[in-house]
Amino acid sequence: MLRRIAQKNVSRVAGPSHARLLSTTVPRQADITLTIDGKEVSVPQGTALIQACEKAGAAVPRFCYHDRLAIAGNCRMCLVEVERSPKPVASCAMPAMPGSKVFTNTPLVHKAREGVMEFLLANHPLDCPICDQGGECDLQDQSMRYGSDRTRFHEITGKRAVENKDLGPIVKTSMNRCIQCTRCVRFANDVAGVEDLGTTGRGNDLQIGMYIEKTMDSEMSGNIIDLCPVGALTSKPYAFQARPWELKKTESVDVLDAVGSNIRVDSRGVQVMRVQPKINDEINEEWISDKTRYAYDGLKYQRLTTPLVREGSKFVPASWETAMETIRHGYLNSGARGDEIKAVAGALADTETLVALKDLVNRLGSENTTLDSKLGDLPPAQSVDIRSNYLFNTGIENVEEADAILLIGTNPRHEAATINSRFRKQFLHKGTEFAVIGEKFDSTFEYDHVGTSAKDVEAFLTGKADKGFAKIFKNAKKPLVVVGSAVTETKDGAAVLKAVSKYVSDNAGKFLTPEWTGFSVLQRAASRAAAYDIGFTPSTSASSAKPKFVFLLNADDVDPSSIPEDAFVVYQGHHGDHGAQFADVCLPAAAYTEKSATWINTEGRSQLGRTAVPPPGASREDWKIIRALSEVIGNPLPYDDPLTLRQRMFDISPTLVRYDAIEKPSPEITKVGLQSLSSAKSSSSSASTTPFKKPISDFYRTDPISRASVTMADCSKAFTKKQYTIETVDDRTAQASYA
Amino acid sequence: MSFARSAIASTRAVVARSGKRGFTSSSSRKSESLFVHRDTDYNNPSIKFQFTPENLKRANEIISRYPTQYKKGACMPLLDLGQRQNKGWTSISVMNEVARLLDMPKMRVYEVATFYTMYNREPVAPNFIQLCTTTPCQLGGCGSTKILETIESKLGIHAGQSTKDGKFTLIEVECLGACSNAPMMQIGDEYYEDLTPETTVKILDALAKGEKPQPGPQTGRQTSENSAGLTALTSKPYGPGEFCSPEFQ
Repeated sequence: MLRRIAQKNVSRVAGPSHARLLSTTVPRQADITLTIDGKEVSVPQGTALIQACEKAGAAVPRFCYHDRLAIAGNCRMCLVEVERSPKPVASCAMPAMPGSKVFTNTPLVHKAREGVMEFLLANHPLDCPICDQGGECDLQDQSMRYGSDRTRFHEITGKRAVENKDLGPIVKTSMNRCIQCTRCVRFANDVAGVEDLGTTGRGNDLQIGMYIEKTMDSEMSGNIIDLCPVGALTSKPYAFQARPWELKKTESVDVLDAVGSNIRVDSRGVQVMRVQPKINDEINEEWISDKTRYAYDGLKYQRLTTPLVREGSKFVPASWETAMETIRHGYLNSGARGDEIKAVAGALADTETLVALKDLVNRLGSENTTLDSKLGDLPPAQSVDIRSNYLFNTGIENVEEADAILLIGTNPRHEAATINSRFRKQFLHKGTEFAVIGEKFDSTFEYDHVGTSAKDVEAFLTGKADKGFAKIFKNAKKPLVVVGSAVTETKDGAAVLKAVSKYVSDNAGKFLTPEWTGFSVLQRAASRAAAYDIGFTPSTSASSAKPKFVFLLNADDVDPSSIPEDAFVVYQGHHGDHGAQFADVCLPAAAYTEKSATWINTEGRSQLGRTAVPPPGASREDWKIIRALSEVIGNPLPYDDPLTLRQRMFDISPTLVRYDAIEKPSPEITKVGLQSLSSAKSSSSSASTTPFKKPISDFYRTDPISRASVTMADCSKAFTKKQYTIETVDDRTAQASYA
Repeated sequence: MSFARSAIASTRAVVARSGKRGFTSSSSRKSESLFVHRDTDYNNPSIKFQFTPENLKRANEIISRYPTQYKKGACMPLLDLGQRQNKGWTSISVMNEVARLLDMPKMRVYEVATFYTMYNREPVAPNFIQLCTTTPCQLGGCGSTKILETIESKLGIHAGQSTKDGKFTLIEVECLGACSNAPMMQIGDEYYEDLTPETTVKILDALAKGEKPQPGPQTGRQTSENSAGLTALTSKPYGPGEFCSPEFQ
């Protein structure tokens, strides 16, 4: 129902259209002109006055207004004066009117703001010194800027008191500080899709909460902490850890899923104190998932800080020289020749290192470069010669144009949480229809469940489209098929891709146009797109060789049976996780916050992560380790610095170093790629009825960093296992009542 | 002259005093009810609530008044229906059942139920006395304060409490819109108006015995006409054709 209403209102919500293509632009509203503080501005009709004021360069204070959320108009802080209007008007809830004269800097406006501020502060505790929001608090900043310089409040009976809520292991609440802007409520309902948060009571007693005692079970819940303009919702793991002005801010890229969310790493000294989202409208908008935000404490634990050499049944710390020499001996003694040298790359391997490792392995005469995913030892189901066969071709921001989406064997909520929030947005505002083939999941949009297995994919795509979702899908103008990365890791992968590619090629008029690509593969590992881009996949002959020397690069999901007992194993990575257990030598490397590396996200966008903190102990940047090793082994790689290495990457594929841009394969190339998929050998591509399995059973523990994180362990316990005991927050952290 | 001067002086004094504002003397308004739910043995989600077949029929009739996509418009009447069936109070199970019937997120129903004061989220006795203590009732007739004292001493409870025998619950409410018959109280669905301490005791006695006293004004007034007798329209109203030319009579 919310969805229908939202659909009706959508025409009223103004905002910049990100659609750049001719056929996809929304009908442009006529521009209107108005005067703000004596300055003329033109804005599209229906724009909120506050946006027009922004455009005119007039700063308008606000608490409840947020340009990515629905308009509430309840804080009254954005009052401005409009000529011939008897009262000041709330500029966030007022559409800009042609020819109106608006003033944001008059005595009336100043007085109105001061009055609103006084009312807001009347019930706000004066606990800024112990409040975690201090230094980045909208209320604090705006009361300094717009508030009165003295108080008239002498209420001996004190201020309104509201009991704290326990929302789970992530969000810490201090509800006395709440000013009821309802940003968190609107976020939870509209973006996160957990319709549990709301306002109870009325008037002075109005409070934010869930009415019943429960946790906020959402993978996006951390965002309400950023949204909260005061200190009512703060971060539990970050509580009392640091002040914002102490932190060094480094803009970087998240690697815990394949979306490549833009983040800002806040660090103090050598420690990452927190991770915040960085706005990028083309990828994550303003949101990041809880894993992205809170797995950072995993960077402190279980780290490999010094090279380790296995002696008998235990690891012994060693110097880099010893470790490298041990590897050289191990390599020579193993007698590995050609394809018997095997390199396995994991989810957190950066592109530079993948290139260096592949170059090294190739130089030693091997084609046996594999991935640690299921069936990663074999040549991939999709031919990776053409980029469109493994990328999210549609583009993350363009999914908002799709009108019917078929998800095959994927749970976007866990595999790409920020893309899922776009699905939710579409579902609410555009009425996009969804269908899922594969395991059911708890989604934030309604979907038709049309099957579970590869057989069902074939049946759906070849069947009669006369009713239900099949009909909608057939008649859709911009249909989208999303194939999950887990599907390509099963034996049915080839069959599914064959059926899908055949269907897409047959309906190329709708799926493959210059404006719209309706065929996408959703990767879930940060390094996967880069690995495919550089061809980090084995040749058919190489995959059958029995390896004698195995190099595990961040490979923690590796299948133990694929590593022969007598092989010499080197593990390079930053955590002592699953992969390190097999190693004869462990080489400590840098985690994503500790190196400047290239990451290719699921849509093929190349982004540069930046060094926020130095790698701990004796660990080194990944590619440098490979470079050093190549020298020790006696086959030195020809690059000595990042520049020449990136030159080498450019030689492999220019897309790898065209940062922040998507190099989209043309429809023609995509068609060729699809043809290669649909003409796959029939022997390997008979569809079975084995149901697809969700690749991620525990969203909070998917990689070495999140597995080492205490916060993620808490989240996993609370949300995946549902074993969270709600505490009466007021008992535990009893705080004085502020009179 | 001297009077004028003293008047000015006293005005000044008032002005000077008001410069300090009597803020400190105002009492803080405390909330009467809790706006969060706590599981208790009498109110928790595991207690089943279902509409009876006739109420379900009625509920479906109410839902059918709204367009299907705005089914949630039926939230308030359904909560009321649920409250009536559930002995006059809206338990968490009632809210959950309404949410289920209307395909609404539960929280949206909780929001409605906590916003409106007439949804009782705690159990009430069969005789649910809502005494109006808003200004007109406070001033009209003998004044609602007297009525409140009468009820409190008669039942031995204070506003917001229930009697030990479980027959009466008393609360103070704001204006119920019967100001011309002040003071008044609502018991169940009935208004008892023009109260005096005596009639109030009578009503309570009757209710305690299980009888149903006559609702409406307790002074013999029919509705809210002048208690001192009519001052206008006192003569018999004339019939059709009266005072007309003979041919029209």
